[in-house]
Amino acid sequence: MKLRTLALASLAALLMAGSAMAQTSVKIGVLNDRSGIYADLSGEGSVIAARMAVEDFDAAAKGINVEIVSADHQNKPDIASNIARQWYDQDGVDAIFDVPTSSAALAVAEISRDKNKIFMDSGAGSADLTGKSCSPNTVHWTYDTWALAHGTGSALVKEGFKKWFFLTADYAFGQALEKDTSAVVVENGGEVVGAVRHPFPGTDFSSYLLQAQASGADVIGLANAGGDTVNAIKQAAEFGITQAGQKLAALLIFITDVHALGLETAQGLVLTESFYWDMNDQTRAWSKRFAEQNGGNMPTMVHAGVYASVLHYLKAVEATGGKDTTAVMAKMKEMPTDDPLFGKGEIRADGRHIHDMYLFQVKSPEESKGPWDYYKLLATIPAKDAFRPLADGGCDLVK
Amino acid sequence: MFELLGISPQVLFGQLLLGLINGSFYALLSLGLAVIFGLLNIINFSHGAQYMMGAFVAWMLLTYTGINYWWALALVPIIVGAFGVGIERLMISKLYHLDHLYGLLLTFGLALIIQGVFRNEYGVSGLPYSIPAELSGGQNLGFMFLPNYRAWVIFASAIVCFCTWFAIERTRLGAYLRAATENPTLVGAFGINVPRMITLTYGFGVALAAFAGVLAAPIYSVNPNMGADLIIVVFAVVVIGGMGSILGAILTGFGLGIVEGLTRVFYPEASAVVIFVIMAIVLLFKPAGLFGRAAS
Repeated sequence: MKLRTLALASLAALLMAGSAMAQTSVKIGVLNDRSGIYADLSGEGSVIAARMAVEDFDAAAKGINVEIVSADHQNKPDIASNIARQWYDQDGVDAIFDVPTSSAALAVAEISRDKNKIFMDSGAGSADLTGKSCSPNTVHWTYDTWALAHGTGSALVKEGFKKWFFLTADYAFGQALEKDTSAVVVENGGEVVGAVRHPFPGTDFSSYLLQAQASGADVIGLANAGGDTVNAIKQAAEFGITQAGQKLAALLIFITDVHALGLETAQGLVLTESFYWDMNDQTRAWSKRFAEQNGGNMPTMVHAGVYASVLHYLKAVEATGGKDTTAVMAKMKEMPTDDPLFGKGEIRADGRHIHDMYLFQVKSPEESKGPWDYYKLLATIPAKDAFRPLADGGCDLVK
Repeated sequence: MFELLGISPQVLFGQLLLGLINGSFYALLSLGLAVIFGLLNIINFSHGAQYMMGAFVAWMLLTYTGINYWWALALVPIIVGAFGVGIERLMISKLYHLDHLYGLLLTFGLALIIQGVFRNEYGVSGLPYSIPAELSGGQNLGFMFLPNYRAWVIFASAIVCFCTWFAIERTRLGAYLRAATENPTLVGAFGINVPRMITLTYGFGVALAAFAGVLAAPIYSVNPNMGADLIIVVFAVVVIGGMGSILGAILTGFGLGIVEGLTRVFYPEASAVVIFVIMAIVLLFKPAGLFGRAAS
């Protein structure tokens, strides 16, 4: 009896000590697609990644109490805005993470600026987030359309694939990607021989693929995403387009898409990403832990970006000893970033996170040694060349 | 239209053939819908989800039990059709005396639930399903490269469409079915089990959707939303052909596939809406559809 009282008393003391140490409480919101076409590449995986960042940072021991909330924005800007507003106004969320789908991300960036909260994007592609729509409250971590266009576009043109034909999803993202890549192709001495804009989303691409084939292009650039890209690649293989010598360039593709395609179909694809699980011991160890919690599925670069951005945010909270938005943002930009997934990097004045990008090629089934062994590294694009130069973005914060 | 000059007959033939292939899917799916609507008066909104289930069950058979494509082609319609029979017995049969709208809402709700379950279990990125080895490769037709699998799709779909049409319009069983929809009481009085016939008809319509799903698995992305993307177009096909008209559904399915294929050459941006434009025009001039009988 005495022993139990003693145990209870010491437990109570421990709890009190714990709460005394936790001086700062932060609430972070992971806002992304949890049911639609981007649910596998962001979704619950991003929440797992955020949770892992909190664990690895050992926030509790450092006196920071972290609560994570999540919601589904269904890839719609209006829904994303409503949730962001509710989180900031009523639920006391201090920072929002992830937010794939460019239109939704731009809306959340706007609200974060109005409410003076922090927005760290991982899932969205639009380079405008740190360009003409940049904000002192936004950090864009993982990738953007400029980086994708330059990574894949210039690499292929330099290899001698000069004539390009685009298969473009007929909406803002697809058009932007086509425009950015066309510029890169022309800049490097290539030529754009044609483009076809398909309705979004599409199912059958054989008709467009035959037009691309007839154009005599060296490369068919796929300026679309998700299921559209998967279908286009599947059908290009079926119609013998890749076997006949034309190359497919998927301008935005994630490892989950490659997994969906299977190597038989996806082999030979050239793509640009900022993270792959099998890069070094650190990424492998982290990804293994991630996969255990994510039904055996390896992380995408978006998941990695959420992990790294949450980690950096918590470091800044610790360093400033509080969660004041202006102070934390200033600290995040001042402090170099360092994490096991992206290595060393920095956040520029315009909010762009700078790190190496990688040009990968999808392995053939013979080259692959097991599940998720999908990419081989063709080239590393150094951080200084991977993203749009600071001066070219048209961001007000830079002038 | 100036681009017409830039397009050679070869390209045009290629696109016509591709249109015919897409038309095969439209025909198969709208056939199932037309059978169900024509004989049961139910607007089966879960048709797209049942098509998706067809593709998924084929994948499951291959992955979990090693059953190949050819067996799947025979087994999947039976499995998914049996599921349809269950749905009809447990739920839809309770709604026959109510307005069409209730059946539509029920099947729409079912579609959302089925899609949700698959999404939860398998994610949204899709699953790989290879073309069977016997049908890989293709023929060079001079004007285009025709994958063997696509030729098979046209062939299989034409056969199934013909057999269905023949069974309903030209056989004794079909005559019972048609009579039962006109006057179930009278047909019942002749000693024919009308409710069972109707249940099996629904199961057959669902089996057609599942068959189309298996045909689609090797060439389209197998994901939980694959049916939702297609079903709206298929509904337009049925409306143009005339609700409930078997022949109308088949011919319109193939025909609209071709129209859509041609639009993709001349003005790709419009290819998603061209079918709906045609639907609006047809409804203006022939409200019962091209092959439909005016409601009495």
